[in-house]
Amino acid sequence: MYKETDILKESSVEGNLIINIGPQHPSTHGVLHLVVTLNGETIKKVEPHLGYIHRSIEKMCESLSYRQFIYVTSKMDYLSSHINNHGCAMCVEKGLQIEVPPRAQVIRVLMDELTRLSSHQLWWGAMAMDIGALTPFFHAFREREMITSIFEETCGTRLTMNYMVPGGVMADVNTNFQKSVKDFIIHFKNKINEYDELLTGNIIFQNRTKGVGFISKENAISFGCSGPTARGSGVSCDIRKLYPYEVYNQLDFDEILEPGGDCFARYLVRMKEMKQSISIIEQLIDNIPDGDFQAKTKAVLKLPKGEFYSSVESARGEFGVYIVSEGGTTPYRIKFRSPGFSNLSALDFMSREGKIGDLIAIMGSLDLVIPDIDR
Amino acid sequence: MKLSNDSVKEKLIKKFGEQVSCFQEPYGMLTFETPKEINLKVLSFLFDDETLKFTFLTAICAVHYPDKKDKELAVVYHLHSLTANLRIRFKVFTAIEKPDVFTATGIFSSANWMERETFDFYGVNFIGHPNLKRILNVDEMDYFPMRKEFPLEDQTRIDKDDEMFGRG
Repeated sequence: MYKETDILKESSVEGNLIINIGPQHPSTHGVLHLVVTLNGETIKKVEPHLGYIHRSIEKMCESLSYRQFIYVTSKMDYLSSHINNHGCAMCVEKGLQIEVPPRAQVIRVLMDELTRLSSHQLWWGAMAMDIGALTPFFHAFREREMITSIFEETCGTRLTMNYMVPGGVMADVNTNFQKSVKDFIIHFKNKINEYDELLTGNIIFQNRTKGVGFISKENAISFGCSGPTARGSGVSCDIRKLYPYEVYNQLDFDEILEPGGDCFARYLVRMKEMKQSISIIEQLIDNIPDGDFQAKTKAVLKLPKGEFYSSVESARGEFGVYIVSEGGTTPYRIKFRSPGFSNLSALDFMSREGKIGDLIAIMGSLDLVIPDIDR
Repeated sequence: MKLSNDSVKEKLIKKFGEQVSCFQEPYGMLTFETPKEINLKVLSFLFDDETLKFTFLTAICAVHYPDKKDKELAVVYHLHSLTANLRIRFKVFTAIEKPDVFTATGIFSSANWMERETFDFYGVNFIGHPNLKRILNVDEMDYFPMRKEFPLEDQTRIDKDDEMFGRG
């Protein structure tokens, strides 16, 4: 329980001021509590306090079967729930040596990329809003709505899906799926240029983000950053390229690297990634193979005794699943390597000696999803 | 030269001899064990070696085996070499009465929070950690919730009267 004296702390250094940002603060995108030590407007130290929505999903999963636990994982990183489900399903498949039918593989990749697009759209709107531009948020949500409708058509849910199951996907895609996706792609290809016009070239936006929150390549690796946060510092860490899963090795797409290391570089990575995602979807949408959407699996899944690790590239970075099995129907131990946890640990390093206004820009560029960090 | 599991294994045996043991390759990932006293030596060898360069710490986690006498807690490191594109996993075991393991914060900055998390859930005491306190749970907590003896909530309990969240 917090006492008033915990919140109103005084710094031991003369002239330093300690303030609390959050847990209820619009720019933290969830319940994240930052204890910031300031000298004037200059940040001396940032100490994130996590765990406000910790639900101990790892412990919960130890009592759930291999089919049930996948559903819980979509509650972690709710903006890329398809990708979380995908990572878990892949880890179970690895243990059971299940071959996923080609149709399911393509559907999975399509869903992953649509998820990545919708996640990046929301991030784009939210980051602009953090910095002070409110309009992009409405633009982003207008396009995101189309993707959530596509998800709703096929999976029944808009946010926390349970679509990817061990062996494939839970149900075949809706008959409208190809048409809706194509419509969306045509629509969004124009809109993404609008995004660039609206924000990327904006001089105020550039001044707020260029040279802010710098992290070098070596430090990004040392802090365990992954995803666009690390690629904005020039670290090649795209799991889709390093350890290709499903049909990614047959696709033609680039890993986006920006050497800048600042907020603007991380911004550019995500903007360019959206274009790559569009290209991946275009390559696949007309080539969904016929056949089964799910491999035949036993009613009760039992993983053999052993350890399994598999990882996927979520919208925020490397999402890893580590399962220790003792041969039963439930995992003995399960560990989720969440990308946001490591990315946030670099926040203190990035924001030191910066201004307090920059802290908000840095948090925006990290694309934080708090349930993913707290698990 | 493409780095393979075998060459990593060879290098480790050449450097540490008998001390690295239990080499396995479950589903392609090299897995081995070391005594907990030399975990830092192994980590820094893997980090510094010119050809290995395991500079990316993917995850640290612990596993609780209540039945293994004096080896109740396992600390599992997942390392990733970005230059060779290879993952390895290695474990150290420690007794639950004295769960002391040396910290890796001197080598990896990311180990700071990961070790705090491991301490939070399993009570592994990382010696030399600059700020070893709970990270996800409340500071006042006096148990380690991911240990096996800590039970999950009984789903059928009726003593909990909560209007908002059911079971009322």
